[in-house]
Formats: sequence, C-alpha cells, structure tokens
Amino acid sequence: MGQVMSQAVLQAKLWYAQRISAMILGICVSIHLIIIFYAIRGGLTAEEILGRTQGNIAFAIFYEIFVLACFVHAPIGLANILEETFSKGFISKALSSILAILILILGTTAVIGVYTGGAL
Amino acid sequence: MLDMGFNINYFFISQKIIFDLFFTIYRYNELMSNTDLKVKVWRGAQEGEFVEYLVPRNPNQTVLDVVTFIQRKLDPTLSYRFACRVGMCGSCAMTVNGVARWTCRTHVSQIVEGDSLEIAPLNNLPVIKDLATDMREFFNKWKGAVGFFKGDKTRHDDFARVEPQSPERQLANAGIECIGCGVCYSSCEVVQSRPNYLGPAALNRAWTLTNDVRDVQQLDRLRAVAGDEGCHACHTQGSCTERCPKKLEPTASIAGLKKLVARAAVRGSKWGKL
Amino acid sequence: MSSRPKLDLRAKTHLSYFAYACHRFSGLLLACFVPLHFLMLSQSLRGASEFERYLGLTDFWVFKFGEWALVILLAIHLVGGIRLIMIEFGPWRGLRKAWTQVAVLFGIACGLLFLYLAN
Repeated sequence: MGQVMSQAVLQAKLWYAQRISAMILGICVSIHLIIIFYAIRGGLTAEEILGRTQGNIAFAIFYEIFVLACFVHAPIGLANILEETFSKGFISKALSSILAILILILGTTAVIGVYTGGAL
Repeated sequence: MLDMGFNINYFFISQKIIFDLFFTIYRYNELMSNTDLKVKVWRGAQEGEFVEYLVPRNPNQTVLDVVTFIQRKLDPTLSYRFACRVGMCGSCAMTVNGVARWTCRTHVSQIVEGDSLEIAPLNNLPVIKDLATDMREFFNKWKGAVGFFKGDKTRHDDFARVEPQSPERQLANAGIECIGCGVCYSSCEVVQSRPNYLGPAALNRAWTLTNDVRDVQQLDRLRAVAGDEGCHACHTQGSCTERCPKKLEPTASIAGLKKLVARAAVRGSKWGKL
Repeated sequence: MSSRPKLDLRAKTHLSYFAYACHRFSGLLLACFVPLHFLMLSQSLRGASEFERYLGLTDFWVFKFGEWALVILLAIHLVGGIRLIMIEFGPWRGLRKAWTQVAVLFGIACGLLFLYLAN
C-alpha cells in the first residue's frame, strides 16, 4: 500500500512538474520565436549570433532557464509516450533519463558557448 | 459595448451553419434514398464476424429500430440490450460506424454511409454475445475510484445542509447526471491502451463525490484516483466529452481531480496527506 | 472468424483528438531535435569562425527544410500547450476548440513568416 501510494505521489508530482515547466516554456518559447524571426532576416551567421549573445548575461540567464525547463518538461513527456507504446519499465525510464542528461549537459554547454563565444 | 457586438460564439455558430449546410447537401442522397439498408452486425463473442442483413428503410428510423427489426424478422438469435428506447436509460449503447452511441437516439439518416451501417458492441468491454457487453469491469472501476457515497450522519441527526449556490455543489451538479451507459468508457483510447485505467465515468463520479461536503471518504478517494491508473493517465483527448449523450464533461471532472491530487501530493489536502 | 472490432480511426476523428495527436507528434519530434540543436550551438565554444564552419554544415536543403518544419511544430506545440494549460488549470469552458484552430493557424503563420524572412 505504501509502495502504491508513493508511486502515485510520484506520478502526481511528475504531472505537476511537467505543467509548471510547460508554463515557463510557454513564455520562453514565445520570446524565442520572436528572436528567431528577428534573427533569420537576411540569413544567419555565427558572427550575428555571437554578436547578440556574447557577454550578454541577460540572454545567458534566459537561455539557461529555458534549458532547465526543457530538462524537466521533455523527458516526462517522452516517458509517458514510451510507457504507453511499450510497457512500463526499464526502457521508458532509461530513454527519458538519457534525454534528460543530454538536454541538461548539451544545453548548458550551448549557453556557456554562446555567452563566451569561444573566449574560454 | 461588447455584449451585442463581436461574440466568439458567432464564429462557431456560423461555422456550424456552414457545416450543416454542406452536410445536408452531401447527405441528400441518403436522406432521399429508399433502397434497403445493408447492415453489418457483429455476431459472436470475442471471436466472431460481421454478418450482413438487408433492412428496409423507414422514416425517422433509429439504429435501435434496425437492430430490433433484424432480431424480430430476420434472425432471432441476435442478442442485444435495450430498455426504455427513449434516450433515458443508456442500455442501448453500441458502436455504430465506429462511434459509440445510444442507438435509440441515433437516426439512421444521420449516420448511414451510402446504404451501409456497421453495428458492433461497445469497445473496451468484453463481449458476452453479439451486441451485449460485460459491464462488470466498468462498474468495478466505479467502485475502485470510490465512486460511492458514505456519510457519517444517522437518521437521528439533523439534515445535512448543502448550500445550492456553493462552488462545490455547482461543480457536483455539472457531473451528477451520469447514468452509467458506458459510451465515454468505450470511446477512450487511454482505456484501450491502459487496461487498468479507471476511465472517464468512474473519475467523473469520483469528482462529483469529492465535491459532496457530506462524504467522509475523501482521503481514500483521493488515494484511489491518484494511482498509475488514475486521473493523471488522462491525456485530455476529449473523446469522452465529445461523445457523452448527456453532454457531461468528464474532461472537466478529471482536470479538477488532477489539480486536487497534484496539490495533495505536494502540499497535502484538507483531508490529510496522500 | 476474426477478433472483435477495436477502437479505430472513426472514433478519433474529432477536433480534440486531433489536437492531442498534433501535440504528441510535435512534442516527440521536438524532443528528438533539441539535443542536436544544443550540440550545434555548443560548437560556439570553438570561437566564431569555427562555429561559422559548423553552421555551414546545415546549408544542405534537408536542414533548411527541417528548420522550417521545426518552427511550425514548435508553434503548434506552443499553442496546443497553452490550450492544455487552459483546460487543466483555467476556468472550464469546454474543450477549447478555438485554441486548436488558433494552433493550426499560428503554425501556418509561423511557417509563412519563416519562409518570408529567411534568405
């Protein structure tokens, strides 16, 4: 009974976390879409990208929040899909954990990258 | 200024008018036709086949009329359920052309495809015979979701007072007309893919009871709908709300439960910790 | 002799299910894309000219088409997601079908805007 309940509590918390991160992402993605449309005018070059982001702490914080929200939101979504397509168990936990790690590590690396512009 | 001017409903009303117009023109042939209907009916149990019957058309014919005709005039071995035949009891629910409906309230002219109809038992439920399904798991899940009332007053106590305008009573009112027909349950893809999922009807009933201030099992109920197979498995596909013949909205009830259970899991509820 | 019929496409041809399907499909593709996107952006650690070189790898039309498709999927997933948040946390006003229509229109608008602004 205790095990069933703690599973249930976990499911409820995951649902909550996914919705809260979704709200954060709603704001981040809206802003990001505007940035995308602004940035792609007349083509996209590395200098243009880095010219905007390098040394810009506001962008760095914004994108790190974005990465963290993705890190919560996407793996939970993927886990749901996998559990329903295949059965509950190892595969869904493993693949969503891998996605979570990829997003966190690659995402933070990317944020550091565009903030420093290679001047590390 | 805004009340008689732009109203979002005009947008939907005009879409509906245009759609109905096209629908009538498109179905003109079906509406005017008088050739026999070719009705495929599921015969057998979990294994079986569709058997085709030819049924004469009649004005204002419902699908229940068709099934009754087949059983009385063509094949007395056909098994099916019905009771009131006027859209009150929900016994006649079947899958018609792939969609769960009350057959007594479904006019043939509205859903016939050319001359064809396909009638099958309700989905997601085991088939006993032909068009009759075993509803036990449906009602067992109702119990499983603590979808029944238990109070702590006796006949010696005063009446319980429930304020009709209170938010809880309003929320309960929105969902209590359910008569357990099973249409929502058999329309739900999550029920199909998670066999232990409690389902829209059970969760809807649990929600109405969550809003019954007299009930004393709220913590048990929260725990019952919180599990892996509880409210959080719902993906808001909306088939239940789309198909409910009483126009109930299990999606709303389940959304209410999701919030309640999530808050209870994180912060505890007014009835105790999950 | 065959197995009893199951829920098929005919049960799912309604707007709310379509919204769910689009949301799930777009979410899955975005989840696959995002790590690659981060990988590409992290090449900026190599400095501007190296970054430019890696960016050049995406000049193939396949990548350009992919970027366009992903912007549309992002737009659909965003508005579909707002719809879900409204349904689950907002005051109940039905299945929010208007939001589904907005999601599709917004996706189309973003797609067109992308084509117009990109070179």
